[in-house]
Amino acid sequence: MAETSETADIQRKIRAAFHVFDHKADNTVDVREVSTIIYSLGCFPTKADIHRFVDEVEEDNMGYVHLDKFLPVMTKVLLENKFPPIPEENLLQAFEVLDKERRGYMEPQELAKYMKSEGETFSQEEMNEMLTALVDEKKNLICYKELISQLTLDLDT
Amino acid sequence: MGCGMGKSSLQEKKCTRVSIYSVPAIRAALLIQRWYRQYVARLEMRRRCTWNIFQSIEYAGEQDQIKLYSFFGFLMDHFTPASSERNLISHIFRENEICRDTEWERYFCYKDIEVPDSYTGPHLTFPMTFCGVSKLVEAFKQKQQLHARYVLQILGETWRLLRILPNINHVSVCQTKEITICGDLHGQLEDLLLIFYKNGLPSSEKPYIFNGDFVDRGKSSLEILLILFGFLLVYPNDLHLNRGNHEDHIVNLRYGFTKEILGKYRVHGKKILKLLQKIFSWLPLATVINDKVLVVHGGISNSTDLNVVSRVDRHRYVSVLRPPKVVHQTLNGNRNEGDNGPAEGRRRVRSLTNHSSALPQRNSLPRRSLQNSSISHQLSSSVEDELKRRRRLAGFDQTYKNANGSDSDSDPDFAEAPEANGHDWKQIVNLLWSDPMPQNGCISNEVRGGGCYWGPDVTEEVLGRHNLQLLIRSHECKQDGYEFCHNRRVLTIFSASNYYEVGSNRGAYIRMGADLVPHFIQYQASRTCRDLTLRQSVGWTERSALRALREQLFVHKSDLIRAYREFDPHHTGKISMRHWASATETVLKLGLPWRVLRSQLVSRTHYGMVDYQQWIKELSITEPKLEVSDTSILETMYKNHSNLETIFRIIDTDHSGLISLEEFRQTWKLLSSHLKMEISDKAITDLAHSIDFNKDGSIDINEFMEAFRLVDLSAHG
Repeated sequence: MAETSETADIQRKIRAAFHVFDHKADNTVDVREVSTIIYSLGCFPTKADIHRFVDEVEEDNMGYVHLDKFLPVMTKVLLENKFPPIPEENLLQAFEVLDKERRGYMEPQELAKYMKSEGETFSQEEMNEMLTALVDEKKNLICYKELISQLTLDLDT
Repeated sequence: MGCGMGKSSLQEKKCTRVSIYSVPAIRAALLIQRWYRQYVARLEMRRRCTWNIFQSIEYAGEQDQIKLYSFFGFLMDHFTPASSERNLISHIFRENEICRDTEWERYFCYKDIEVPDSYTGPHLTFPMTFCGVSKLVEAFKQKQQLHARYVLQILGETWRLLRILPNINHVSVCQTKEITICGDLHGQLEDLLLIFYKNGLPSSEKPYIFNGDFVDRGKSSLEILLILFGFLLVYPNDLHLNRGNHEDHIVNLRYGFTKEILGKYRVHGKKILKLLQKIFSWLPLATVINDKVLVVHGGISNSTDLNVVSRVDRHRYVSVLRPPKVVHQTLNGNRNEGDNGPAEGRRRVRSLTNHSSALPQRNSLPRRSLQNSSISHQLSSSVEDELKRRRRLAGFDQTYKNANGSDSDSDPDFAEAPEANGHDWKQIVNLLWSDPMPQNGCISNEVRGGGCYWGPDVTEEVLGRHNLQLLIRSHECKQDGYEFCHNRRVLTIFSASNYYEVGSNRGAYIRMGADLVPHFIQYQASRTCRDLTLRQSVGWTERSALRALREQLFVHKSDLIRAYREFDPHHTGKISMRHWASATETVLKLGLPWRVLRSQLVSRTHYGMVDYQQWIKELSITEPKLEVSDTSILETMYKNHSNLETIFRIIDTDHSGLISLEEFRQTWKLLSSHLKMEISDKAITDLAHSIDFNKDGSIDINEFMEAFRLVDLSAHG
């Protein structure tokens, strides 16, 4: 694969993200941090995607991943845009599937119900965190319409 | 519609059962989960970056401290006993004074200290009782200060008790009694009070282990000590204290405990500090629960041997930073063997890495010979050669050894078995300073400058050898207050919440019963941060970390510009982002991801180029309140803030908080030797006069440090 400047750029980004978790400065990270690294590079994999990725790059069940294995696999992911971001409209539609009346908001318990029983379910801890982050305190509702654009903005600042 | 089945069987049957929710709903849920997890992960990335900033600045400070102390050790070893510089600092090495304990008892006697009627703080009676300590806790909660007489009394009793305790506490936990284990507190009284509130006060039904680092950084280190010692006196079999690396008077000089004591006790502070020095050296080194769980502050190394540890004379190691003095009999290659600071000492541990950057500092000599040294010519690059040459020239060999013999610097007992003492010292340093690492092996801990990094194989081996099943340690701040590693065989527990900044981390403590299974209770002391959302608390901590980082950048202005210029041969004033990142790391050496941080530190870039001149100008941190014409001295002052303060406090032998102009000048000489830079006498004299606020020939250390405290002008909250 020829080294284009795009690839070089991508690899620099990957290395930078990797090194945030490389505590001993020896080009390895704990395997549990891999998902955070992948997400932080702008990807939106499912948990199953992450498991498959980890299987490919983990050092023989040793609990850590070496940059030498991580870099090529991650570069490919970014070049091929394997886990593209979710367009805002899709996200909005997803909420509206769950909020059948399309009120623009949901009660915390409603969302929690779905998150904990369907798809790649949330643990109780994840759920609690999500509620703290998303619930509007005064109304005790998740106003998803506003949230979607606000949270995207948050990360880009 | 509830099914009585567990989740996994539910999922198995997914194909056959009719879903409660339709397929679109499942897909919607999946999408939302994916989106949310990404959001959280990106916040986590930011939080981790922030964490790394704080941690690297913290550890760089520790390394700095050890380098400074090593440098003093070097001065002690290589300059004549008569040189004034040596005299300035020799007392910090005079650790094994010949006075006997009875003489110390007389010195620490509190009986002549009167408590005036105007005193509104708590009055203590001895022997200490549970009521007495509770009263003390209550008083500290009300922010009262204990009178020096009572402080000395408690400390005296504590010292007497600690002297009869073994190096390793052995405790047993039975069916009816759980034990509570707490990690670093670092002077944060609110956290200790929170723990007592949630968990109850120590008693025979409620035993506790406190795993070191009670002091430094926080504002109430003494109050924490007094409370812990109070309970120790009342329940000596149920309250256990382990020594941490901050229970060390040299570390305290830099990290605030010394300052706290002197500030709170102007008259008796010095005595209190001296007594605390002894107490720290008498603190036990480790605790073992039910012969199965080892609790120690830092950790272990591949050579850790608890049998050796239980036999050492722990009180000889008043400061763990410096190894015991090996007598200067050997002039050959052994010269460096026993006499190194922790950075060098660790090299003897089987090393898998190359030499660190810490080493050259120690081995290369100051280029400027010190003022009164009778051998003042160009110093060569090799320590051994230099020493040999000086000895030869001055005919020192015999006289130096004799001087050592009568000098109270070295304890005659040390001369007997230097190797054994070097080995003992190594054991202790490792227990107090080491950190775990994910990879196998055991290497020197060059980030901190003391102790080692040990891997899971070492954990298995050491635990196995001692028939233990779990190692509980502290020493490292953890976001959730605790963290397992090494296949859950090592557990880190950290009890100082909001350690780096409000919202940075929770504290935690462990409850453990006879089954030896740890249960965790987490908390966060400040009420404000509990109400913050994830996003807000990350933002807050982040702003604080960036402020700290901008400070570091500011104090290294000249070096940074020089480094940037190397990438800008045509003096355009601009360099690429990549070069900016690389140059910044070369100067600051913090190991941070500058490319990632760039967007938060440099607001404007043009076509991927950084206008470094402009940017440096915009790093607005306040100028000092004084007129100091020499900007390079100013920068040195900012850059070496902590080192300067440490040297000041060392030189201030009577702990008065004041040093003379002459001592001030000597401080700068020491610092400039340590940094290997030239500072003209005139510049120092001018500086001294300009900061002699009272014009009385002496300089108030606190006032001086205040005048040069950095304030970030660009911060917006």
